[in-house]
Amino acid sequence: MEDQQPIVKLDNIAFGYPGGTPILKELSLAVYPKERIGLLGPNGSGKTTLFFIIMGLLRPTAGTVEVFGSRLWEEKDFSDIYRKIGLLFQDADDQLFCPTVLEDVAFGPLNMGKSRKESIEIARSTLADLGLEGFEDRITHRLSGGEKRFVSLATVLAMEPEMLLLDEPTTGLDARTRERLMDRLAQLDIAYLLISHEMDFLADTTDKVHAMEGGKILTDTTVKLHQHVHAHIHGSHPHEHK
Amino acid sequence: MIDEPFAAGNSPIHREDPRSRVILATLFSFVVALSQAFATLGAALIFALVLVIAARLDPKKLIKRLLPLWLFLILLWLVLPLTTTGTPLFRIGPLAGTREGIILCAQITLKSNAILLAFTAWVATMNFAKLGQTLDQLKVPEKIVYLLLLTYRYIFVIEAEYGRLLRAAKIRGFKPGTNLHTYKTYAYLLGMLFVQASARAQRVHQAMRCRGFQGKFYSLYRFEAKTADWIGAAVQLAIMALLIGIEWKINSPL
Repeated sequence: MEDQQPIVKLDNIAFGYPGGTPILKELSLAVYPKERIGLLGPNGSGKTTLFFIIMGLLRPTAGTVEVFGSRLWEEKDFSDIYRKIGLLFQDADDQLFCPTVLEDVAFGPLNMGKSRKESIEIARSTLADLGLEGFEDRITHRLSGGEKRFVSLATVLAMEPEMLLLDEPTTGLDARTRERLMDRLAQLDIAYLLISHEMDFLADTTDKVHAMEGGKILTDTTVKLHQHVHAHIHGSHPHEHK
Repeated sequence: MIDEPFAAGNSPIHREDPRSRVILATLFSFVVALSQAFATLGAALIFALVLVIAARLDPKKLIKRLLPLWLFLILLWLVLPLTTTGTPLFRIGPLAGTREGIILCAQITLKSNAILLAFTAWVATMNFAKLGQTLDQLKVPEKIVYLLLLTYRYIFVIEAEYGRLLRAAKIRGFKPGTNLHTYKTYAYLLGMLFVQASARAQRVHQAMRCRGFQGKFYSLYRFEAKTADWIGAAVQLAIMALLIGIEWKINSPL
């Protein structure tokens, strides 16, 4: 796997708001095609910030972002990323802004220069893939929490990305919807980075889990998730059993 | 918060091309608002009622919608006859009710009811999404259309956020009263709401950029006018012309 070109390569990234404590420092990470990586870490450890930096929504104060081997500096460099990497936001209400589901899912393809007809076709087939047939004319704000999450996923997948960034996709989902999401993610054959606080969800949906702490990824200690129930004296803190 | 009780339906009006409905409703409002003759206004009201029947609107919900207008009209009937100068018709103590005042009241009553009924029948029979698409196709400036659609989309989210803030205040024993503490609390709530709304706007913009948004909206829908739409629009336009004709002929209130 390692001889392939990484989709995303972050090198020594630092980020912080002026005058504040740094949120990210000396962060390095590479994601290779079809790799499914979980990110685990306490609140405020910079996980969402990391996603925003990959997408170019925030500029790192130091370090380099490489997507498919090319360095990104200017805002226009990033406009190409959007079709390669899809970001699923924590709050689906941020993602769904069109009145109807079909318009929302077709929004990305239209922006990519597809014709109206093509965009509608892409949107319909993406919805069908996710088991959302018949949702086309539903009003987005009237959807339930689970439906919103799946439609959000559809809006991102409609752009046919080569990698997904999923920011706590299970927040607010009931057990059944969570199960459905898990099945769906298992079927995807693209790389993704997934933030979650749920150990069992990460264990089922990712190949490896990195822990984030203090603005860094502890890459040397890839967390081994284990499948037994016991009391964690460290709370939800990731740890290894030796 | 905003329900659309008339948007779903399968009446001839619901099936009519939304563009012609919006244009007709706009035209009708101008014709009625600028008319003076009771013959015109009466005919307009009858036409509006026919539209309401054709749209098969639920009378109970319709009356509920019209109630605020009627309350306002009652207020006008109480005040206007006594405050308009003209020929006195009756006296209440030192006050005189004038013929001109009553005519004005009657005109306002007919006009407002006719316009509101016609708008309900033509425009409230489509949902907000469709109205947005329609305005977009009628070449209403994009910014206005998207301001309307985004407001409609997020007013629910903002309402939910307001509800959350208010609940948070209530479970900590906040009881609104007429005192500085109450005003201050509401000011904080409102301030928080603005902060959250602007943070929300920023996140929505980021989400849009992530999907390739570069400042240009692309509309997904095109409405196709069928022959029946053209005929329907022509008939309704003819009725409108008739209203203008009556007004032209009479050219005075009575």
